[in-house]
Amino acid sequence: MSILVNEKTRLVVQGLTGREGTFHAKASADYGTKVVGGVTPGKGGSTHEGWPIFNTVGEAMEKTGANATVIFVPPPFAADAIMEAVDAGMPLIVCITEGIPTRDMVKVWRFMEGRNSRLIGPNCPGILSPGKCKIGIMPARIFLPGRVGIVSRSGTLTYEAVYQLTVRGIGQSTAIGIGGDPIIGTNFIDTLKLFNEDPETDAIILSGEIGGNAEEIAAEYVKQHVKKPVVGFIAGQTAPPGRRMGHAGAIISGGKGTAAEKIKALEAAGIRVASSPAAIGETLVQALGAKAAKLRR
Amino acid sequence: MKIHEYQAKTILSKYGVAVPRGEMVTTREEAEAAAKNLMSSGAKGVVVKAQIHAGGRGKGGGVKIAKSVEEAVQLAGKILGMQLVTHQTGPEGKKVQRLLIEETLPIARELYLGIVLDRAVSRPVFMASAAGGMEIEEVAARDPNAIIKEYVDPAIGFEPFQARKVAFRLGLAPEFINPAVKFMQALYKAYEDTDASLFEINPFITTTDGRVFALDAKVNIDDNALYRHKDLSELRDISEEDALEVEASKYGLNYIKLDGNVGCMVNGAGLAMATMDIIKFAGGMPANFLDVGGGASSDQVTHAFEILLMDKNVKAVLINIFGGILRVDTLANGVVEAANKTHIQLPIVLRLEGTNVEQGREILKRSGLNFIVAETMKDAAEKVVAAAGGRS
Repeated sequence: MSILVNEKTRLVVQGLTGREGTFHAKASADYGTKVVGGVTPGKGGSTHEGWPIFNTVGEAMEKTGANATVIFVPPPFAADAIMEAVDAGMPLIVCITEGIPTRDMVKVWRFMEGRNSRLIGPNCPGILSPGKCKIGIMPARIFLPGRVGIVSRSGTLTYEAVYQLTVRGIGQSTAIGIGGDPIIGTNFIDTLKLFNEDPETDAIILSGEIGGNAEEIAAEYVKQHVKKPVVGFIAGQTAPPGRRMGHAGAIISGGKGTAAEKIKALEAAGIRVASSPAAIGETLVQALGAKAAKLRR
Repeated sequence: MKIHEYQAKTILSKYGVAVPRGEMVTTREEAEAAAKNLMSSGAKGVVVKAQIHAGGRGKGGGVKIAKSVEEAVQLAGKILGMQLVTHQTGPEGKKVQRLLIEETLPIARELYLGIVLDRAVSRPVFMASAAGGMEIEEVAARDPNAIIKEYVDPAIGFEPFQARKVAFRLGLAPEFINPAVKFMQALYKAYEDTDASLFEINPFITTTDGRVFALDAKVNIDDNALYRHKDLSELRDISEEDALEVEASKYGLNYIKLDGNVGCMVNGAGLAMATMDIIKFAGGMPANFLDVGGGASSDQVTHAFEILLMDKNVKAVLINIFGGILRVDTLANGVVEAANKTHIQLPIVLRLEGTNVEQGREILKRSGLNFIVAETMKDAAEKVVAAAGGRS
């Protein structure tokens, strides 16, 4: 099993007619994801690469039965695209766009209160369940179906963790990049809860970075609720304070949000933390002990 | 984006937030004119304040009070051009190029006001403390209860009752409540309208003659929102930034200069940080953080390369790419193009994985250039540290 996506996921692409939208829609479809159409306001009624294009998300859902959307819309229009999808009642919204103003996301977060959509991102690589569904921009060839769940604030570190498992013959149930912005829709705890409840996920990798205190809160959650082995990694041990390290959310401010604090919190919760980014896979193998052999394919 | 205090105060006053009368100057002559102007219109004295993008200016000797025009001119002459060292500038300090000459005020109380995003609840939070002049982190560390917090519902705004709550909890005397409420509401409006990521009024003062003022002002603007604030974008002072970082920002590259000798080019912020970390584990020191981004073009990679090479400390370069949006073949084309164009002599270690990796490796092989190819991140880090002259 997988979390949030599976064989039944029917995906529309907001911004399908753009360059990135087209490239990644094709890659998702090639992976076997049911891509059922695109949304580009003003281009409704046309087709693009064989897919029907709709003017609104509501219309796309009605005509295609879509239950998920992925957003490749430029930053000035991305928050609006998310809210349109929420308003249409889209169950799963994955926003890839990087660079959305924080104030726009404050508004989106408020708009989503009391509604039923789940947002992943923004500024994230999406979600992939090996052999089933790929939404977003993750490189599919490095994945292997299996039983380890991965959640990360960073796109490329998600791939790194996946790759280190795959070369060890350990497959993944689902990988989620939750995004590097200060405001994101789905956080570590939401994802940990889903992985913890998923009968086909046996272990979890949690990859965090400097800034904010999401990892500390996640560590507390793991301590209280998660029964499965969890391995952690925190990027930014050498990051200087007060500087935004690429991600809008990756900043040590007022001495808070350091890698050292986060590692301490994770370890205090009984989570094994990989000391180096190259050791994530090996640390998981160690954490699993004898169970590791069972997970190998 | 950081802006100067005088710029922040200009913005605030447009929104009706009371700030002391003052003028930005860049020479002694201008300082004299500004001081004269203030003293002849009722000021008892003037404050000469260094304008740099760093806190702790007072402790560093960049903020001085003058009782006369002559003294103001003398202080301006001393502070202008000095390398001001504070706990935020690093040991080399920052050169003072501008001053703010401001009237002094009869201070009764010094308090703290701030507005930031609370990431845990995805809402702005209005913060206040009776301990003005102190850093809020220090206050929080000593006694978290000493910080007053009011969360703002973005659909509603910062309401008068919330401002009153803050004002009463600060223990303001009755005559200050209304002016303080007006002040705080204007402050929030300015925060929202400017897409700020941080507002700090430290200290926020009451005066013995019954007024309230923002005595200092720190304003940071959300870089992602600058596209819709042409006027604010113009406030950027590139002389306050690292020259290479300014150059990188022209091409939309995320580059931060560090002190080591291993240059790195990575895609994705998380992996870029992790790459810095692993260089250190391998015994080296990273020369920079550089995230070429998800959708980098061949052209952008070329620019990234050129910027790395402008840093004369760099002795070897590590390129660590895990391709998602950024296809490895695109990166490879950029690297080959840049290597040819810049006639690079430094060793380059490459570690590539992801979309179109075979095509990318093929491009590198066919280029005839001498790249060191690494298999894993650890391998790459060890190879590049060795190439840079070994463990530091």
